[in-house]
Amino acid sequence: MSASPHISNSNSKGSAPLLRLEHISLSFKGVKAVTDISFDVAEGAITALIGPNGAGKSSLLNVINGVYQAQHGSITFDGEVRRHMHPHHAAVRGIARTFQNIALFKGMSVLDNVLTGRNLKRRSSWLEQALRIGRAPGEDDAQRRHAEKVIEFLHIQPWRNSVVGKLPYGLQKRVELARALAAEPRLLLLDEPMAGMNAEEKQEMSSFIADVNREFGTTVVLIEHDIGVVMQLADHVIVLDYGKKIGDGTPDDVRNNPDVIAAYLGTRH
Amino acid sequence: MIYTEAGQFSIRYSHDRRIFRLRQDRIGITALLLFAFAAVPLLGNDYWFSAILIPLLVLSLAGLGLNLLTGYAGQLSLGSAAFMAVGAFATYNFQLRVPGLPLLASMALGGVMAAGVALLFGLPSLRIKGFYLLVSTLAAQFFVEWFFTKFGWFSNNSASGVISAPPLLILGHDFSNPVGRYLLTLAVVVVVTALARNLVKSELGRNWMAVRDMDTAAAVIGIPLLRTKLLAFAISGFILGVAGALWAFTYLGTVEPHGFDLARSFQILFIIIIGGMGSILGNFLGAAFIVLFPVLLSQLSGSLLSGVIDAGQLENLQKIIFGVLIIAFLIKEPDGLARLWQIARERARVWPLRY
Repeated sequence: MSASPHISNSNSKGSAPLLRLEHISLSFKGVKAVTDISFDVAEGAITALIGPNGAGKSSLLNVINGVYQAQHGSITFDGEVRRHMHPHHAAVRGIARTFQNIALFKGMSVLDNVLTGRNLKRRSSWLEQALRIGRAPGEDDAQRRHAEKVIEFLHIQPWRNSVVGKLPYGLQKRVELARALAAEPRLLLLDEPMAGMNAEEKQEMSSFIADVNREFGTTVVLIEHDIGVVMQLADHVIVLDYGKKIGDGTPDDVRNNPDVIAAYLGTRH
Repeated sequence: MIYTEAGQFSIRYSHDRRIFRLRQDRIGITALLLFAFAAVPLLGNDYWFSAILIPLLVLSLAGLGLNLLTGYAGQLSLGSAAFMAVGAFATYNFQLRVPGLPLLASMALGGVMAAGVALLFGLPSLRIKGFYLLVSTLAAQFFVEWFFTKFGWFSNNSASGVISAPPLLILGHDFSNPVGRYLLTLAVVVVVTALARNLVKSELGRNWMAVRDMDTAAAVIGIPLLRTKLLAFAISGFILGVAGALWAFTYLGTVEPHGFDLARSFQILFIIIIGGMGSILGNFLGAAFIVLFPVLLSQLSGSLLSGVIDAGQLENLQKIIFGVLIIAFLIKEPDGLARLWQIARERARVWPLRY
């Protein structure tokens, strides 16, 4: 897996953020999930979204890649301003993600799951593929080669041909990351990549995320509850509570922010 | 021991993509095809060809058509017989109205027509799922049956609405005798099945399964849901259309709307449920079960119970036993016959050890 070519291009553009959310508000039939949230994500950074349950973190990720459409506000990704994202458009522009409750294709093998992550890199038509003519065979090889690199990177070779639904939880999480990485994304959204893992698995997953960020220059936005992991991994932390942003800065800024402490530990009344 | 992959290494990615990766599978399928093409025509009799083998093959093909849509792409449908009817009537009309068009070309065009109709009735799948979709495909079933009964032009204004199929001529050879019809059916089924097997292992096949297993995630990684679902309907429709043409031309010998009623759609659905969803082999096993089991049952009950119970009752009894057996089997093995085959294969792999 080679570092994606556009990274050097956008660095030369100056310090414009890769992703900018402006005044995003999202409600479901009057229930406000997210209220007037704005923040920037710098190219190449690891940004953590933290906050108590129900703070609107997952909703915000869903807005970024278009699973939900915000009622107000705008999303700027790589210089393109949009009122709404659309999942397909987000994928085409290079936004990949994982889900909180693993959203793998359970009936398929690990390899097939990873290969689906590369579906946008296809040029040959289904007819060429069915008849195995034209561009299809060469492309099949190239896709497979790339998928194998991702599989190797995340150390899941032994399970290549296993059906995903039968793998243990921790491995499924890793396969989901592999599927997202297979698309060679510029922005990777991770929704609780370490939820339900033991300390050792968390450590392993953290180092995979750090490696992805360092080796491919992939910008990462992740949601995580384990503050220890967040402080160790993230360059930039955004704190949400009841759908509002209450903190935004480096891990150290956030650690000393009284509002954040109040949200997490409660205050004396 | 007898079914092990030991010593067979894939040293190229293209080896992994072969239709049958294991040498044992390749030898097995070659032997089976040789047997089917060379030995069966010599061994079989007309009853076997006309009453068992031809319907078995055609229903397998129809099952394959539905399985791509339901087992792979996860879209339920009860319109299978309707798409078969479109294929049959279109093939008949191409043969009738375009002089000189080869039979196989007419069948392919019939398939294309069925694909078009299936595509149209697949449009609701973009908005609705599951049982609601099932009901909307039911509309195709009733509409098509009514349509071909109502408009006589499609059956060449024949008074009874039943038309006999023309002789089956391919490159000057007459395939109208039972052996010829069997060979023609077999050849078409083998070719279409091989293509389908390639297709489900390709990008489109993976996209279908992705949409089936988790459509939100599929959309998020960039799989176009609309295109993927509609292609499933169209390709499934094509295969069902070809199966319909074969049903009318090589099995029934007549083309009539009532050969493609709702009971046929259910029969095809049962084939894939019994055979195994999301399995190519399952279609053949399921069709064999549906075709052979009643024959076996009637032979058995005929020899054991004739004279004890009268013939009409016996027939009903057979249906009851058949239904009970299906239920019992599905409780025991909900994933169908294909799963049994898979388990047998795993056992053979480690035999004589247990694991």
